Amino acid sequence: MSLELSEPLQKTVDSLSENFSDKFIEVYQSSGDTFIRVESDALLEICKHLKEELHYVYLSDIFGIDRYTSEERFEVVYNLLSLRTTARFFLKVRCEEENPELESVTKIWPAASWNEREVYDMFGVKFRNHPDMRRIFLPEDFQYYPLRKEFPLLGIPGSIELPNTTPDRE
Amino acid sequence: MKLENIQDKVNSTFFKEHQKKLYQSLEDKHTTIEELDDGDPLTSKMVLNMGPQHPATHGVLRLVLQLDGETIEKTKVDIGYLHRGVEKIAENKTYQEFMPYTDRMDYLSPYSNNVALCTAVEKIASVEVPERAHYIRMIGCELARISSHLLWLGTMVMDAGAISFFIWTFKEREKIYDVMDQIAGHRFTVSHARIGGVANDLTDEATGSIREFIEKFPKELKDYHKLLDRNRIFIERNEAVGVLKTEDAIGIGATGPVLRASGYKMDVRKLNPYARYDQVEFDIPTRMEGDNLARYFVRMEEMSESIRIIKQCLDKLPKGPIRTDNAKQAYPSKDEVYYSMEGMIHDFMMTDTGICPPEGAEVYHAVESPKGELGYYIQSDGTGHPWRLKINAPSFTNLQVLENMLDGEMVADTVVIIGGVDPVLGEADK
Repeated sequence: MSLELSEPLQKTVDSLSENFSDKFIEVYQSSGDTFIRVESDALLEICKHLKEELHYVYLSDIFGIDRYTSEERFEVVYNLLSLRTTARFFLKVRCEEENPELESVTKIWPAASWNEREVYDMFGVKFRNHPDMRRIFLPEDFQYYPLRKEFPLLGIPGSIELPNTTPDRE
Repeated sequence: MKLENIQDKVNSTFFKEHQKKLYQSLEDKHTTIEELDDGDPLTSKMVLNMGPQHPATHGVLRLVLQLDGETIEKTKVDIGYLHRGVEKIAENKTYQEFMPYTDRMDYLSPYSNNVALCTAVEKIASVEVPERAHYIRMIGCELARISSHLLWLGTMVMDAGAISFFIWTFKEREKIYDVMDQIAGHRFTVSHARIGGVANDLTDEATGSIREFIEKFPKELKDYHKLLDRNRIFIERNEAVGVLKTEDAIGIGATGPVLRASGYKMDVRKLNPYARYDQVEFDIPTRMEGDNLARYFVRMEEMSESIRIIKQCLDKLPKGPIRTDNAKQAYPSKDEVYYSMEGMIHDFMMTDTGICPPEGAEVYHAVESPKGELGYYIQSDGTGHPWRLKINAPSFTNLQVLENMLDGEMVADTVVIIGGVDPVLGEADK
């Protein structure tokens, strides 16, 4: 598939493939958006490079995707925006189904903190060196990761303690 | 102060593990810097729980504040009390079926949310939207922006101590609801946009009432300015309160009016114009101060820019269809459905299967909602349901800003700062 990259995005791709040639997996476009996939073990260096050399200073969002039944089941996507060139692209990393873990990028972009907690809450992907690794929407007492594909839409009965409707009685 | 025994003191009866970890994380915040004070001989420190049921928190927002006298030492924000799992629901619905759920995300400006979903689906499935529909959507979005900002204005001024103001802004919001009623047939949760266009055309009555509204509203806005711009009580409550510096704002990912009030001119309508925002003229109000007063001015000016946009849209409003005429991509018109067999079949197919983007396609599309950048990421597996739908909610992003902004402020300013950030929990909690 031929790529139609804008000038700043071409520069980003070139710079990444040059500096991290063995960590760079693929670049592709879909519906006009650009996605770059890299090895997860080089995530921190690549992010540092992106912020300091290529001016991707604004982290818009982080989210997870469940690639159910595929190898390397979980995918985490970083939505990055360069304020200098207004270029936007998506950095993707994948991790294993068993104990999915990634390096936290909160040191590079403080904005990542809550988004990483959301990924943890929904998919169970843990982030190493995160300052506050807790669930964000669901209470800590909840033991499942609801956006995983095997979690039923109706929920699991009894998985969460419900308020006592008759508070006066013991 | 050592807070180890806070668990015993509060004696929480519900979600025990959750409460324990929340208090622990409050205790851990900033511990790298401090740990200077061992004793608290004056016992001036306390932990204050604000919310989730608190009128000034704009929904079910819970703040856990550690106070030293009247100063906030550190804050933790606890959200999720309105979590409904809309992303999971979306994976089990067709794209059109999911739209009413977006109404209930940012329930103060449903129209923007509808448009955000539609534009993302249209991008992934390459649906052409007729020119007229684009303009109708812009009018709807800008009315929603005014409506949302009016609610913010009323509640924020009420947080600062003026109750009557709330009633005046609600009088204007009521007029917008009536206009929405005439445009879409609903007052509140409009669901007016459709994939490939909008549900129905503007009637003459609706156009008339929009014109009447934009005629009269600037006068009201002028009155608000007259009342607040030089009001000493209001200024002293807001000036230099909740200051956010430009570099901090970008680093923590602030969006929308919060970012613009901190001196960075970013607006998705200019950055990456969708609909026909490149055809109309408008400015992006920006302030340098980064305090609550700056946020007030930014939002007030945005309202008059919205009026400007609506005026231009009404003048430019082209004639033509309001929904794409391709039965594989959008609902056929009701005339077709009621009077032709094919129309009926297509309508059934759209409801049953819906639009199917190509397998493996991914898309991200953002619009500028009243709160900031509202983006939808969709990954398709070739069926009528999305494989993954992620909502990049501006309120969520801005609440993270709040957690960092409150540290070091006075406890009495908390509600004003929450008002200035203007979060909607329906959106933040998903």
